[in-house]
Parts: sequence; structure tokens; C-alpha cells
Amino acid sequence: MSDRHVRLAALFAIVCIIAAPYLLSPFSITLLNYIGIYALVAIGLTLLTGIGGIVSFGQAAFVGVAAYATAWMTALNGGSPWAGLVLGIVLTCGVALILGLITLRLQGHYLSLSTIAWGLAIGFLFGNVAWLGKHNGISSVPPISIGSITLIESWQIYYLIWVIVCGSLILTYNLLDSRVGRAMRCLRGGDTLVESLGVNVFGIKVACFVIAAFLAALSGWLYAHLSRFVSPTPFEPLMGIEYLMMAMVGGAGSPMGGVVGAGIVTLLKNTVQDYLHYFVGRSAGQLEIVAFACLFILFLQYAHLGVVPWLLRLVPRAEPQRPKPAGPLPVREKPESGAPLLKVEQVERRFGGLIAVNKVSFDVKAGEIFGLIGPNGAGKSTMFNLLTGALHANAGNIAFAGTDITKARQFAIARSGVARTFQHVKLRPRMTLLENVMLGSYPRTHAGLFRGLLRLNRYEEASIRYDALRQLERVGLAEKPFELAGNLPLGNQRVLEIARALAADPILLVLDEPAAGLRRQEKQQLAKLLKSLRDDDKLTILLVEHDMDFVMGVVDRIVVMDFGEKLCEGQPREVRENPRVQEAYLGGTA
Amino acid sequence: MNLDIALILAIDGLASGAIYALIAIGTVLIFTVTRVVYVPFGDIAAFTALTLAALEVQKLPGTAGLVIVLACLATILELITLVRIGRPHEIPRALLFYLIVPLLLVGIVWLAKPLYSAHMVFRIIFALLLIVPIAPLLDRIVYRPIANGSVLLLLIVSMALHFALVGIGLLFFGPEGVRTQPMTDSIFVVGQVIVTGQTLLIMIAAILFSGLLYLFFEFSLVGKSLRATAVNRTGARLMGIRPERSGTIAYIVGSLMAGVSGILIAPVNTIFYDSGFLLGLRAFVGAIIGGMVSYPGTAIGSLLVGVLESFASFQDSALKDVIVFSLLIPILIWRSIVSVHSEEHDEE
Repeated sequence: MSDRHVRLAALFAIVCIIAAPYLLSPFSITLLNYIGIYALVAIGLTLLTGIGGIVSFGQAAFVGVAAYATAWMTALNGGSPWAGLVLGIVLTCGVALILGLITLRLQGHYLSLSTIAWGLAIGFLFGNVAWLGKHNGISSVPPISIGSITLIESWQIYYLIWVIVCGSLILTYNLLDSRVGRAMRCLRGGDTLVESLGVNVFGIKVACFVIAAFLAALSGWLYAHLSRFVSPTPFEPLMGIEYLMMAMVGGAGSPMGGVVGAGIVTLLKNTVQDYLHYFVGRSAGQLEIVAFACLFILFLQYAHLGVVPWLLRLVPRAEPQRPKPAGPLPVREKPESGAPLLKVEQVERRFGGLIAVNKVSFDVKAGEIFGLIGPNGAGKSTMFNLLTGALHANAGNIAFAGTDITKARQFAIARSGVARTFQHVKLRPRMTLLENVMLGSYPRTHAGLFRGLLRLNRYEEASIRYDALRQLERVGLAEKPFELAGNLPLGNQRVLEIARALAADPILLVLDEPAAGLRRQEKQQLAKLLKSLRDDDKLTILLVEHDMDFVMGVVDRIVVMDFGEKLCEGQPREVRENPRVQEAYLGGTA
Repeated sequence: MNLDIALILAIDGLASGAIYALIAIGTVLIFTVTRVVYVPFGDIAAFTALTLAALEVQKLPGTAGLVIVLACLATILELITLVRIGRPHEIPRALLFYLIVPLLLVGIVWLAKPLYSAHMVFRIIFALLLIVPIAPLLDRIVYRPIANGSVLLLLIVSMALHFALVGIGLLFFGPEGVRTQPMTDSIFVVGQVIVTGQTLLIMIAAILFSGLLYLFFEFSLVGKSLRATAVNRTGARLMGIRPERSGTIAYIVGSLMAGVSGILIAPVNTIFYDSGFLLGLRAFVGAIIGGMVSYPGTAIGSLLVGVLESFASFQDSALKDVIVFSLLIPILIWRSIVSVHSEEHDEE
């Protein structure tokens, strides 16, 4: 499906939306209104859960905060619904910001459990606060008016709702196709990966969370003025899980999934309600929940990717256009060759009683390829983590380009010009090669959240895309830039990681076992690439490696570690002849 | 608030804390063995109370029907799986465990109707007999197909299952709340404070069952195999332990604990078909204080929740739940800081 087809489909959808009130019964329009309102929350959830990997059971509470805010403003204090909208958004985003700042450092299921906790707590609050009407809620909420038009009929508010839904969808898609959005799409790859790209993980998570809450606030505002009444029930955890269900049924991986899911779940619920009535009569409401919960469980067991990805598979995909030449991205000033770049002084790292790195010191000079080797358990990986900020030293100092980075956070180190690869490849398998490399350019580009939302980032985006293609060419993977990264063989995945690191325009490239799993020829190519990066691009490279032949062939200098201590340092030939190194590798009797 | 009131509140809190502790320990047991955050555990406790109440009025409880339905479903699923993976010789065994044993339990309770009025002990035993098969059967139906999914997927499923159970609870038990006969009317006076026999009974039962569980884990082979599964599923499998079987045992033991807590709380609180959620979640707060791994930590945490709840309801009864659940957030943060977690690769 090419861009033109997408536009045609969108145009068709918009015509359908506009025509609906003329063709459908008022009841169907009311149903569509609710679908739109739920869809807003579900769009937020796709962003938060499907893309950001943060499962929230508490979105209903955010909807409730905004609904109650506007009801309080209008029904109890005679304010305008627009004042209610502002209050609702400010309050909801404020609550989300505070909750986010408190809870988003939590990991995995702890985070989700906390959403149940505050979801419940906020839900209880509505039912127990006297000036919010306790369990009776607040009635006679006025309708919204735009100028002199009062949106009192179902079809009138219908247009407002769907304008907001379409607007939110477009903005969300814009966001996902931007620098910040790519960082969000990276979140499920784990914190270490995201931080290594120079992204402040916590900040990105908070942004996701607040955006999802903002969409929930819009939904709550519309809900209050559509149903003209608020009570605690629709904002309890049951509804929270229903929203989650909508997002997942539709396909949590894309915002469109939220809209489709909201449609499917609402229509299905409506049908089930109609038919269950014939079978059981009085307890239909409860049976409906049972039926729904069972369907949801079945869905999670067998098809948890959702409807939209399944539909998209049926549509033929057109090959996107290769990026065209565009303005260059800013290039970092590289230090003079031979100047000290990385200084490690008496660094020590303990894990309980185990000393993994014991008072190790070495220098890396600008423009050299530096090897860090040692047998298993020598402390290489720990050293690597200390250098990249994944771990922090208990004692000693690490300085990079004259700045102390001993206590610096991972993303700050990445931003200062250190790019890394991983021993166990960390790519985004469902993103294309090009997009994976584009991730790398995060620290040297600038378009923020709002420029991304409003698509004011096109110039920079073009440069990022073109630069990514050039990096792919550099490492020899430019033949199929739109292949999914997950489809590459392991060796090429490693090389792709190097391309991603290069996209950051680093001063120091830190490679964790880059030759592992490569074939002989691939190793030779890699060695050639590394040397060319040193000679032509003035890059400094530090590599941790097991493969002796490979190391000895490319590096200028080596540090050997054993049992957490530095054994020796020097040129490859010296190191090879050092008896202590031979003893460490081959055993005492060798 | 003077000291006497504080003491009364504290004892009250410890009693409810002891009940939460029983549920919480079960939750931890199931989480460590199967990685399922078993939200519907409170529902199991509530269903036990409702079952006991039905037995008191000489009725065959709705639980019987529930067990039959679940047993049939689980059997069908198991048969399909066995045929599909080409192991039809295991069918008789599957029939025995998934169909005959649960139906037998229901049959025993059904035939023993004259005993319902005989003594409370019979009723308690019957209630437990009916409640214990539910969780293992649900495990087969709901969790087994996705046993290797991420913790988060399992958690979402648990939430959905909880809401399904609440709806089912209404169908099988009706909307009326129940309160069973007190187990003892004795009252003890310690200094200035009156302690009811029921409170004492709750605490004794909590201690007794925690102790039994400890013995089970320390000194029985089955208990040890459960611990092994909790530490490393693959490792346990290599040692000839079936994680599925460990899971079933964990569900049985856990259900027993939830059942006991349901029986203990039934005479004190009015229980409705949907009381389980809050019961379970409070226990959950306790379990999280214990980091979802430590049994003593869980017990202490649950007692803390009970006491806090009791004092909170004295201060402001309307907002006690808000207070208890708001408390969860600082606890989670503390847990998240102290626990060492390996990064979970969550790939689609």
C-alpha cells in the first residue's frame, strides 16, 4: 500500500464519517459517539501499552478525573464546558505527571500493579467525596456549545467527537514517525538499549504516560457532556480493563488499533446485550461481563497481536522510496589524534563480596583501536558496563574527553559521544534496517515532542533518513533498507548495530564482542571497516573481544584483564609474548 | 484515641491481617511457582464463604455446578491437546484427574446432604472439598495455554479472569450477602481489652497453616519440587519435575489457604459474590511488601495492612480503601529499589 492508497483510504474514511448521520439511525449515531469516546482512551493505550510496553489498568481513572472536573466546573459552579475542558486537561495531566514521576521507574509487572492501585484509589475517591456527590455522582451537566450552537443532539456532538478522534490519530501517527516517537517505539527493547541511544528513558516514559492521560482527559470531557451525568461506576478498574481490551483486540501496536478495537468491543457488547436478554433475562448485565472476560481471555491466548496487524497483512505493501539526498546533519568535532580521550583510573566495582573489577587503570588515546581482552570471568563485561554507565564504579574515576563520567547516567554518556553495541544484539526486530539506524541519530538531532506532533520536523527527518542510508552503505547493508531487522542473520545484525552506533556520529565507538558469531569472511570485512573508521573518520574504537586472531589483527594496543585485575598493557606483539598472559589463557603449566 | 481504643483497633487489625496473610501466602506461592499474579485469589476466598453459607441452610451450593462446568471444560481441552500432540494413551489419566476426581468430590458433598446440619466441621470440610478443584481447573483452562507468556500477559489474563469470576459468582450464588454462624461464642478479657474467641481462632489458624506450609516446603519432597520450580523452571524440568504438576499442586495448596481464610472471615464480615476483589487486593499489598517471594515478609506485610486498615477506618471509614491502596505505591517503589531485577526482554 503506497502513500497514495493511504491517502485515498483516509479520504474514504472521512467521507464515511461525515455522511454517517445522514445514513444511520440516531441510535447508531449514539453508538458511534461512544465508540469515538472510547477510541480516544484506546489510542492513548496503544501508545502507552502496545508501543511503550507500559500496561496500565488505570486509564479509566484518568477519564474520570477529567469527567468529574468538567462536571464540577459546569454543573456545580456554572462555568462553561470549555473552562471545564481546560480544568480537566490540567488536572488529569497534572495527576498523570505526578503519578508518572512516582511510579514510572518501577519495572514490568510492578508498574502495572501500581496502576491497579492508583486506579482503585482514584475510583474510590469519586464515590466517597461529599462535594462530588458520593455514589450518586453529579447530574445535569450542560451540553457543549460552540459559539451560538449548542451540541444537544446526538449528531451534533458526533461531529465534535470524531473531529477530535481523527485529529488525535493524525497527531499520534505524526509523533510515531518522529525522533521522539522512534525513541518511544524503542522502549520495549529494554532500558539499556534506549539509554545507550542517548535517550532519557524515564523522560520518554513520562511523556508517553502524560500523552495517554491527555487523550483520556479529552475522552472524559466528551463523556461528561454527552451523557450529561457522571457517577463513579464508569471510572472503576472494570472499565480500565475494558479499555485495555479495546486496545489489544484492535492491535496495540498501532494507534488505528485503538479505534478499531473500540468499535469492535462496543458493537460486540451491544449485540451481546441484545441477545443475552432473550436467554437469561434478569442477570444479563453480569453474564455480559462473564462472556466478555472469557472472550478476552480466548483472544489473549490465541491472537494477542490484534485485528489491525492481521488486516494489514492482507493489504499488499509497496516498497517505500529510498531516502533522497538531503542536508547533512551536524558533525561533531573529533579530538586531535593521539590526545588522551578516555582515562580510567583505579576503578573498582564490587558485587557484594565479589570484586569484579579491582583498581584497574588505562588510557585510550584518540584515533586508536584499543582492545580489552581476558579469559571468561575476567571482568571485561563489568568494565564495559562501567565505561558506558550501565553500572557505576564503587571507587576510582573515569574521564571521557576531559569530563568526569564516573557517576554520569548512561544516556548522558551516550550524548557526550560514546556509542556502543551489545554482546547480545539489541535491535528492534519489527522495525526496518533504516529505522533501526535512524534510532542512532537521536543524540545529534533536536526535533522535540511538539515539532514531531505537528510535523515541523520534515527537514531534519529527511537528513536523518539520508544519513541512515549512508551508514547502511558504509557497513554494506544498503541493499534492502526496508527489510525488517529481525529477518537478518546474526552476523548482519551485529553489523547493523555498528551502523546504528555510527549514526550517532560518536567520538568513541565501544564494541562488545563484535566478531562473535561472524564467519571468517565477515570478520575480515569487519576488521577492514574498523580500520577505515579509524583512519578515514578519525574515530576511536574500544573493543571487548574473545576472538584472539581478530583482536590481534586490528587493534593498536591491548589491555588484558584477569580475575578483575589488569594483567598487562601494550602492543599486540608484546602482550602475546607476556608469560603472565599465556599463563592466564593456557593455565600454569603451559 | 486513647490506648484502649488503640489496642482494640490493633487486635482487630491483626485479626483481619491474619486473614489477608493466608490469602497473600497463597498468592506468593502461586506467583513463584507459575509466574501468574493470581488476582482472582480473593474470589476463591469469597466463594468459600458463600459455599459455607449455602451449606448452613441445607442447600447444595452453587460451587458444585461451577466445579462440574469447569471440570467438563478442562477435560475437553485436555483431550483435544492429548489427541493433537499424539498421546492418546494418557487419556485415561487425564479423565481421572480432570473429570472423575472433581465430579467425585461434588458427588461426595451431594450425597452427604444429611450431614450438613450435623456439625460445623462437616460443613467446613465439604466447603473446602468443593472449593479446592476450582483453581487447578482454571489453571488448566486459562493459564496452561499461555504458560510461557510474559508476566504482564499473565497479569492481564488474571484481571480478565477475576471479572469473569465475579460475574459467575453472581450467577451461581445470587446477589445476597451472607454471614455464617460464629464458630465460637467465647470471649476472653485480657486486662482492659475484650478478645473474642473468633479473633483468637483466626490468629491460631493463620499461625497453624503458615507453620504447616513451612513444614511442607522444608521437609516434603513435593514441597521441595515446588521450590525448585519457583527458582528455575527449566532447571526443575531437567531434574524430572514437571512445572505443570508443580503448578497444580501450588494451586491446590493455595486454594486451601484461601478457603480457610474465607471460612474464617465468613462469621465476621458479610461476604458478597464480589467481595473477593478487595479481599484479594489487600492481601496483595501484603504480598508485595514481601516482594512476592518471601513468606515471612508477606505475613508481616499482611498484618501491617490489616492494622493500617483498622486504624484508617477509625479515622475515616469512607476513605480507608483509598488509604490502603495509596499505600501500595510507596511500597512498590521501595520494592522496586531494593529488588535486583534482570532486564526482561519484551519482544513482540
